[in-house]
Amino acid sequence: MKMKSKADVVVVGGGIIGLFSAYWLAKSGEEVVVIEKKYPGSGSTFRCGTGIRQQFGDYANIQMMKKSVEIWKNLGEMLEFPEFKFAQTGYLFLLYSDEEIESFSKNVRLQNKYGIPSRIITPEEAREIVPLIDISEVKAASWNPTDGKANPFLAVRGLLNALKNLNAEVYPYTEVKEILHRGNEVKGVKTSRGEIRADIILNATNAWAKILNEKLGLKFPIEPYKHQAVITEPFKYDEIKPMVISFKYGGAYLTQEVTSGGVIGGIDLKYGPTWDLTTTYKFMREIAKNFTHIIPALKYIPLIRQWAGYYAETPDHNAVIGKVREYDGYYIAAGFSGHGFMLAPAATKGIVDIILHGKSDLPMDFYDPYRFERGELREQAIQMG
Amino acid sequence: MSEDPREKIIICRCNDVTLKDIEDIIDQGITDIEEIKRLTRVGMGPCQGRTCIPLVAGIIARKTGKKIEEIKIPITRIPVRPVPLGVLVGEDEDEE
Repeated sequence: MKMKSKADVVVVGGGIIGLFSAYWLAKSGEEVVVIEKKYPGSGSTFRCGTGIRQQFGDYANIQMMKKSVEIWKNLGEMLEFPEFKFAQTGYLFLLYSDEEIESFSKNVRLQNKYGIPSRIITPEEAREIVPLIDISEVKAASWNPTDGKANPFLAVRGLLNALKNLNAEVYPYTEVKEILHRGNEVKGVKTSRGEIRADIILNATNAWAKILNEKLGLKFPIEPYKHQAVITEPFKYDEIKPMVISFKYGGAYLTQEVTSGGVIGGIDLKYGPTWDLTTTYKFMREIAKNFTHIIPALKYIPLIRQWAGYYAETPDHNAVIGKVREYDGYYIAAGFSGHGFMLAPAATKGIVDIILHGKSDLPMDFYDPYRFERGELREQAIQMG
Repeated sequence: MSEDPREKIIICRCNDVTLKDIEDIIDQGITDIEEIKRLTRVGMGPCQGRTCIPLVAGIIARKTGKKIEEIKIPITRIPVRPVPLGVLVGEDEDEE
């Protein structure tokens, strides 16, 4: 495919963030191209845990996720891609101590204030939702029925389809070598396949963000950490509908994957910063130990695959989203710290609002790229895996 | 509409991926097995590609005119075959 030589906006990174941003831009009539080093989804999107939740502990992530869920729910229709379905099956946090109950009750009050119908329930109620869980040590659970999960492969395919219909181009196996600029204005990119002129560039490369930023001498604290996940053989659907979380047992998250019905999940064992993605046996052992504590029947289920991907982590585990002051026309939406897939609809809407209108109704200041240098770190986002 | 016989040729028995599914993807210009795997789910079932990935490599070679040795095979990860979680925690010995 011959590359265009100019566009209104160049989006670097063909994961969920880059593709979703390109979608909003193209819908607003912008001529947009997406440059992807490998193939769309290959970075972190296709390696993610598939969860989509609004149970956060701060005003910004709660509101952003509320907006995201509204969009996730209608995405199949919006993209005219009915294969994509958001499974609104909830998130169930198992709580084992008074301290945990207190901290989740506080979060629930905040979530309720923003219209999220989360609540603290009894262990017996939790067992009604997932009959297989062991509640012998569980004291309560935090439950939100409007959280859910989705298939990242279908989300990417739907977006690619829509981008094609909107005449937005996606160039796979194309690497940005240089960012062209005149003075402090960006002017385009030099890629492995030629130059593309554009006055607006969006860095949507998540774990690779610092590599692109360094081409302009910019530094934002985003580092790649190796996290892993597993999937088991499929079994009857809807045995484990919601995402089940246990901080006591390995910071584990697990659910039946929405398309195959196998259990997908992970724990909080991480390595890094590193570019290495070799899977570790230690992780597999820890998964087995912790998952079977949470749901004893899983001991009969064979694990078929384990893989690794990056969490592009920042010091407060919140993304870096906004306009870059040093270069006019340069924007960033990266460093999602394991929440890029779930946040994608609202986060990209927010950055595209900022690109096109200079502001957004969404609480985008929370993700201000300059909060780190000002020492204004956010409370760490609730993170699993 | 006449049925395409390639829809009856199963390449991936775990996930029901047919010869037509694979050839359609290749016809779109996608010839990287890793990408084909993620788009069609070929090789991602319980057999982890031991049956189907060599077949897919053969189809790519035939359709692109490349030599089979030139087709990059995706990396193999642990576990080599499905292992019940109970075996991994060592509980199997405790069972009657």
